[in-house]
Amino acid sequence: MININKIYQWSRTNLFSNWYNSLLSLIIVFAFIKFIPPLLNWLFFDATFRGSSKAECYGDGACWIFIKVWFQKLIYGLYPENQVWRINLAFLILIFSVITSIFVKPTIRRYIIIFLIFVFPFLAIWLIGGFAIDIESLEIYIPILEEVDTRVWGGLSLTFIIAIFAMLFCFPIGIILALGRRSELPAIKYSSIVFIEFWRGVPLITVLFMASVMFPLFLPGDTNVDKLMRCVIGITLFEAAYMAEVVRGGLQALPRGQYDAAKSLGMGYWQMNALIILPQALKIVIPGIANTFIALFKDTPLILVVGLLEFLGMIKLAGANPDWLGFAVEGYVFAATVYWIFCFSMSRYSQRLEIRFSTERK
Amino acid sequence: MSDKIIELKSVNKWFGDFQVLKDVNLEVGLKQKIVVCGPSGSGKSTLIRCINRLEEHQQGQIFVDGIELTQATKDIEKIRAEVGMVFQQFNLFPHLSVVDNCALAPIWVKKMSKKEAEELALQQLETVHISDQARKFPGQLSGGQQQRAAIARALCMKPKIMLFDEPTSALDPEMIKEVLDVMVELAKGGMTMIVVTHEMGFAKEVADQMIFMDEGMIVEKASTKEFFANPKNERTKLFLSQIL
Ligand SMILES: Nc1ncnc2c1ncn2[C@@H]1O[C@H](COP(=O)(O)OP(=O)(O)OP(=O)(O)O)[C@@H](O)[C@H]1O
Ligand SMILES: [Mg+2]
Repeated sequence: MININKIYQWSRTNLFSNWYNSLLSLIIVFAFIKFIPPLLNWLFFDATFRGSSKAECYGDGACWIFIKVWFQKLIYGLYPENQVWRINLAFLILIFSVITSIFVKPTIRRYIIIFLIFVFPFLAIWLIGGFAIDIESLEIYIPILEEVDTRVWGGLSLTFIIAIFAMLFCFPIGIILALGRRSELPAIKYSSIVFIEFWRGVPLITVLFMASVMFPLFLPGDTNVDKLMRCVIGITLFEAAYMAEVVRGGLQALPRGQYDAAKSLGMGYWQMNALIILPQALKIVIPGIANTFIALFKDTPLILVVGLLEFLGMIKLAGANPDWLGFAVEGYVFAATVYWIFCFSMSRYSQRLEIRFSTERK
Repeated sequence: MSDKIIELKSVNKWFGDFQVLKDVNLEVGLKQKIVVCGPSGSGKSTLIRCINRLEEHQQGQIFVDGIELTQATKDIEKIRAEVGMVFQQFNLFPHLSVVDNCALAPIWVKKMSKKEAEELALQQLETVHISDQARKFPGQLSGGQQQRAAIARALCMKPKIMLFDEPTSALDPEMIKEVLDVMVELAKGGMTMIVVTHEMGFAKEVADQMIFMDEGMIVEKASTKEFFANPKNERTKLFLSQIL
């Protein structure tokens, strides 16, 4: 039973305790009444869900047919439709391993994590990119999986490919740079500082342009490093610089006594950092790491500038299609929702990690 | 004395322009117990930190178990593993349980098996009377228990020498005794010890030799009896009159 009196008391103390509090509460309530119903109408009640062409959209609501028609492209880009199972398989393996890792014993979980970090990325690239054994001199050519050029990769799957690879590599590189910046050896210290400050100082767009346009100029004529790979390397190094500063914050938060204790037990530099310093420092900066990863995830659309179309890029492309002009809003709302879901999940996950690793007296 | 295990020969050390240690000479024999005291800032911590090279000295020589500590000393970790150290602030590893705190270095530095190291850890925790706290995290223990865990952690490396830097001065009075009792037991067991402390009761009970430091110098060095009965230096007399 709802206790009216309690609600009244609660709002008395929390919402209407004095005149400006009351005013603020009223403004907020008014804003809700004014804006929420029209928004819901547009999103759901007046929106069109059924159908397969623009002509079927009616009323003032959103036309979700737009998303439905383009869905395949938004997820897979221009990837050949009859090969899409390869992307699905790769992501199924990923989801399957992550879910099983939650339910198994820690000893087995360790193997799954090793698999996810050291094997899976390359397996996934092989699955999605295809691979053929081609030894010209022996005239051997065995197509194992049809090769799919990275130029046709795209959509949400590309967003994930870029984000996963960049996260996977920027994390360890960031840690090494953070340790390097605190090194007592001047050569290591100053090269870390120069590296970090260089990458932090340039906008990501510039990095991507450089990776795609300038970088090939420095390579000998016949070497051909894939454009997507160059962009991923660019994003990785860019984010690694940020990661380094986040991790350094954690390193600085540790009291000198932890170093003293580790050294006095006879631990060397790497043992001390791997067993004592980093576990504590990384725990402190979990929010910062999550922040960097979320920012990285949301930075991926920038690869648009070099002609690669991940999720948001595909939405833009779809919106620019002459048959579907005028549906940009639906596209962006959909994009925002999808990005928000993934970013929010990362945020929640990082909060769970924080709780799991806390060993302070409660 | 019998075999020297630590020897300092005219050691000088500076922090920038500030000279912390001035011509310090010291010999420590096997199984000897030395208590170092002196006013705050006189260089006591620095002195014992130099012995396991947590600080570097700039002049003079330091020998530990016959090996000289220099810039070029390659296996400084090996020497440190033989010299246990207990800190004023305990410095337990907060992310590891008490037993893991103790077993970590034996596993990684001495390459002991995990099982063996854990047995050793439990055994050492027993000698400091906190084996019932083994599975807790340091943050869940009282100060006295934490300091005893820190002693057990150092003992797990089977050190030849134990250094204590004011091990009881961060503790509440009622916990000081439990830590000092453990240290007395350790001393009676024959451990070589250098202890920086102002607990003069403890000093009288276990020390063979007393050292009084002031302004980076060893001002007085005497047998315990002599030191308390009949201090020679004016500054020692003043200091003793203040703390006794
Ligand atoms: N890392 C450092 N850099 C600069 N000066 C230092 C450093 N560590 C210690 N000192 C200085 O060296 C002097 C001796 O310090 P030390 O810690 O050895 O004294 P102490 O005798 O242990 O004092 P206390 O009883 O307060 O612990 C002090 O004046 C201190 O300010
Ligand atoms: Mg001190």
